[in-house]
Amino acid sequence: MADRTDHRPDPEELLRRVQAGERRERRGRLKVFLGYAPRVGKSFRMFDEGRRRKQRGQDVVIGALQGSPTPDIEAIIANFEVIPPVRERYAGQTWDVINLAAIFRRHPRTCLIDGLAFDNPPGSRNPYRWQDVEELLDHGISVITAVNLQHIQEKQGAVERITGKRAAYSVPQEFLLEADEIEVVDAPTEALIGRGQDVSMPDPRQLAELREMALLLAADVVERQLQGYLDDHGIAMRWGAQERILVCLTARSSARAMLESGHRNALRFHGALLAAYVEHARLNAADQQRLNLNLDLARELGAEVHCLRNEDFVEAILDFAREQRITQVFLGHTGRERRWWEPRSPLDRLIDAGEDFDIRLFPHREG
Amino acid sequence: MGEQHKGRLKVYLGYAAGVGKTYRMLEEAQELKRQGVDIVIGYFEPHGRKETIAMTEGLEVVPRRAIQYNNAAFEEMDTDAILRRKPAVALVDEFAHTNVPGSERVKRWQDVHALLDAGIDVIATMNVQHLESLNDQVWHVTGVRVRETVPDWVIDEADEVVFVDLTPQALRNRLERGVVYAAEKAQKAMDNFFTETNLSALREMAMRHTAHEVEEKLSAGPDAGSAEVAVAVSNEPASQACAPAPRPKERILICLTGNPFSAVLIRRGKRVADYLHADCLAIHVAQAGEERDTIERHLSFARNLRIETHVVEGPEIARAISDFARQQHITQIFMGRSAPRPWYRGLRETVVQAVASQSREMQVIIVASKRR
Repeated sequence: MADRTDHRPDPEELLRRVQAGERRERRGRLKVFLGYAPRVGKSFRMFDEGRRRKQRGQDVVIGALQGSPTPDIEAIIANFEVIPPVRERYAGQTWDVINLAAIFRRHPRTCLIDGLAFDNPPGSRNPYRWQDVEELLDHGISVITAVNLQHIQEKQGAVERITGKRAAYSVPQEFLLEADEIEVVDAPTEALIGRGQDVSMPDPRQLAELREMALLLAADVVERQLQGYLDDHGIAMRWGAQERILVCLTARSSARAMLESGHRNALRFHGALLAAYVEHARLNAADQQRLNLNLDLARELGAEVHCLRNEDFVEAILDFAREQRITQVFLGHTGRERRWWEPRSPLDRLIDAGEDFDIRLFPHREG
Repeated sequence: MGEQHKGRLKVYLGYAAGVGKTYRMLEEAQELKRQGVDIVIGYFEPHGRKETIAMTEGLEVVPRRAIQYNNAAFEEMDTDAILRRKPAVALVDEFAHTNVPGSERVKRWQDVHALLDAGIDVIATMNVQHLESLNDQVWHVTGVRVRETVPDWVIDEADEVVFVDLTPQALRNRLERGVVYAAEKAQKAMDNFFTETNLSALREMAMRHTAHEVEEKLSAGPDAGSAEVAVAVSNEPASQACAPAPRPKERILICLTGNPFSAVLIRRGKRVADYLHADCLAIHVAQAGEERDTIERHLSFARNLRIETHVVEGPEIARAISDFARQQHITQIFMGRSAPRPWYRGLRETVVQAVASQSREMQVIIVASKRR
């Protein structure tokens, strides 16, 4: 669990960013079409994009084809120069491997690669096709490619829970996150079911679940890219389309109610759940133990737990909420009326100052 | 079978002008026409885009209707003419459009409902920023207060919502090439609304909203019971370690006042209610000498979003709210921030504090007033 109290940009991180920027200058640009299931039309969209670029005078070639193309795709690729993959035999199987040497020699501006998720046979220059694509990019060749959700490594477990199947080949999610552009190819689930007589096609319900997952994955990629763009350009905007929930834990708060509610909200909104406590030395042993139990529960519910060090509780929460782009803060309150001689409570101060997130108050349970 | 059944509504959802919603709609129309479906263009906004206009070739157009207003001629969709023509499918561009005063219906989506009621299927286009629930978020990100809004339930009830994607870079290239607007307007657009930041933010909203629509349809589907499971597997921020016990249904109460902030409060409360599948109510505690018109406007805005509204009397606002909430089995109370206390009442409780201390079995939510 991350434990961050220092918000200054790390020099290493800054250097990494500068280097990444320089590398990007020389590199080709990568565009990925993401589909949620086979036959959603991502290959067509990819070739159609290639066609339009070619019409505008760009030098575009095809570096890999997949399966037998549909008539509409066939019509497009007839106008393209294809650099055929090398057919290799290994252990009784045939493999189509991108002909990197030939593409480097030809050096087009843009290369279309249909079917990103393939393994190369043992002994190849790169074990995976996505690494071949990286090489093309490093040589300054832009790549447009297409991939389905079921091939994204980090999503394969979830896809398998829905469809009961696991695709043989995969691409790391990081590859998508590093792409210059990712475009999601959406289509109604019904449109897929009619197409072909494929018995392996997931049922409508499964398709809808895959579709939702692909949209949310794309949204996460966009959010990360946007935040990166804002950071790189020194724009102070804190963007949060995603709900980010912060549960403030103390020894006394009704942690279980707050955490369970936070957990439910995060699931419903496909948001993030964070829990934070403000460290202070004066906790007695019993309170410390209660706090530890609350923190354990937070971790059990999948919350990212943070320890904040600040003399002032309100300041600690406000700073952290802003830095983490929090949209809802969950707080406990004693609920008893303040006596007239008492100073303003931290809760009052937080309500007054915390104008850019919702504050959700939970009464402390007695005893 | 003899009875009239409602037409199906399909919406192509985009995030800005020029992403290709209309093109996708027309592409589908051409395909349907090839299959022999009786299809007409009910309303089409060409924006002078050549590729899009070419896609209308061979499609029957129901001419628009001219309406005079303030000595100027406006053209609107001729809903009556489409009803008389009674095609199987009608195409309707710019679903969120507000009709010129003097039209039969205020909003184009209401015209569409008239078509659906007559058994005509409709394919429509819309941008995500026109959704009522995103109005505040769009304003904070882009600085633009979108006036033409569509209540979320209208989109929730659509049979199909399809997201039309294009990357912001590609959209900006299109603008540069003059595909979307004429050159001068394009440059202005790129400097103002069509910035990379705005476009990315709107695009993310559209993706998340389409995912939400897909999920809504899943949980309304035939075996809705497993929808909870679908929610659990489809994202990872929280582990699945804890299977929550069945809970009573959440009921949300929004506290309205004459404060203009009430609109933000209504949108936020309703949005949370939609995501939590909670019931949503609104209450106003009537006070002597208050602006009845403003209150009535807020109440009717809430009703338009399908929120059940109540007006109660009571000398003490907080007491009236917490009594009503208890009686209605409310689980969450949404409130605005209390106005700053005048110095002479500096030590008295605010309404928020009073409600919080009197409604101890409920959560009280103070809604952000400056949401980014």
